[in-house]
Amino acid sequence: MTGPVIGAVVSRDLKLAMRRRADIVSVLFFFIIVATLFPLGIGPEPEILRRLAPGVLWIGALLATILSLPRLFADDYQDGTLEQLALSPQPLALSVLGKVIAHWLVSGLPLALLTPLLGLQFDLDPEILGVLALSVLVGTPALSGVGAIGAALTLGVRGGGVLLSLLVLPLYIPVLIFGAGAVDAASSGLGTGVYFSILGALTLAGVFFAPWAAAAALRIALE
Amino acid sequence: MLEVLNLECVRGERRLFAGLEFRMDSGEALHVQGRNGSGKTSLLRILCGLSTPAAGEVRWRGRHIARAPVEFRESLCYLGHKNAIKEELTPLENLLVSTRLAEEAMEGEGAQEALSALAAVGLSGYEDLPCKYLSQGQKRRVALARLVHERRALWVLDEPFVALDTAAVEWLSGLIGAHLGRGGLTVLTTHQEVRIPGAAMRALQLS
Repeated sequence: MTGPVIGAVVSRDLKLAMRRRADIVSVLFFFIIVATLFPLGIGPEPEILRRLAPGVLWIGALLATILSLPRLFADDYQDGTLEQLALSPQPLALSVLGKVIAHWLVSGLPLALLTPLLGLQFDLDPEILGVLALSVLVGTPALSGVGAIGAALTLGVRGGGVLLSLLVLPLYIPVLIFGAGAVDAASSGLGTGVYFSILGALTLAGVFFAPWAAAAALRIALE
Repeated sequence: MLEVLNLECVRGERRLFAGLEFRMDSGEALHVQGRNGSGKTSLLRILCGLSTPAAGEVRWRGRHIARAPVEFRESLCYLGHKNAIKEELTPLENLLVSTRLAEEAMEGEGAQEALSALAAVGLSGYEDLPCKYLSQGQKRRVALARLVHERRALWVLDEPFVALDTAAVEWLSGLIGAHLGRGGLTVLTTHQEVRIPGAAMRALQLS
């Protein structure tokens, strides 16, 4: 029986997120502000903005995800619920998978929904906006999965937030390249299939392998 | 049932204890004693499998706990210094979540049983109040409700009496006594004078 424990962790974390909505909202506002600073800083030149849009929006999404990562395990570590998860007869990795899914539902999914709206500031065509949103939707689960490893490794470390970014951001490079690449390809009129296949592969690898690594790191942090 | 063989614990550069051996059978209780920093909590965390000892091993029903972790964890209920409850959730939600995480599948009457477990720890009327509005002692009671609700064979309790009032201390002693009477095992640490009714407690002095 693997379903119940994943479901239990997802529903618990979603319930907690709903009672602490400020956390979700601040991450989304960070994304909105970062994405808005670029058009303001660069000025009203549609050519340049259209060219920059995919990279800027993707980097905004990466940074917003990083911002939400330190709390992924920190609260559970502090109040002792992480110990109880580690002592549950179920594999710890399944609980971590549940936490990754819940993290994506409250960060990756809303980011993907916001991207087309923010893309309007960069004068993107509706068709390109769709590709952009879809690439963020497909790519962000990988960010949550890989981020969980970083969050587990830096758990309990003082000033762990900065260390976490240094650890995790380089691992986000493939997602950034293929995510932004898909949008670039679409605006040059090329096919996007390859990019989405690779993004999907990264997401599957991130979501299914990362929880095992994160669980091992958590056991070390609990020692 | 629970055997400890030649256990050694090293924290940082300090060796807290070495060559520790004991054996517990069903219906027995062990009171781990020692001054602050003598390694009581470390011993309890090793017994649960949260920490690995520097040497020696812990066996449950004859098997090394690291080699048969699922079987061991299915019979373990650990209550640490931290209550392991979520401040934003109500006592009822906390209890239901921890049982769902601890057990293979949800039982049909889960909510009803959880309510009676909360009533047993004296929290009726508080089931739907977020835990952040509860006092320290009441939070401890929410954590203790897990003992009533989960019915595991081995209880490992780290300072279970902290923050409890005298009536609750009495109640918890009775609960442990009943648990031992059913053939359960209890390992606990406390600095308080506690009498467990109907059971003899062995003492283990760490120095």
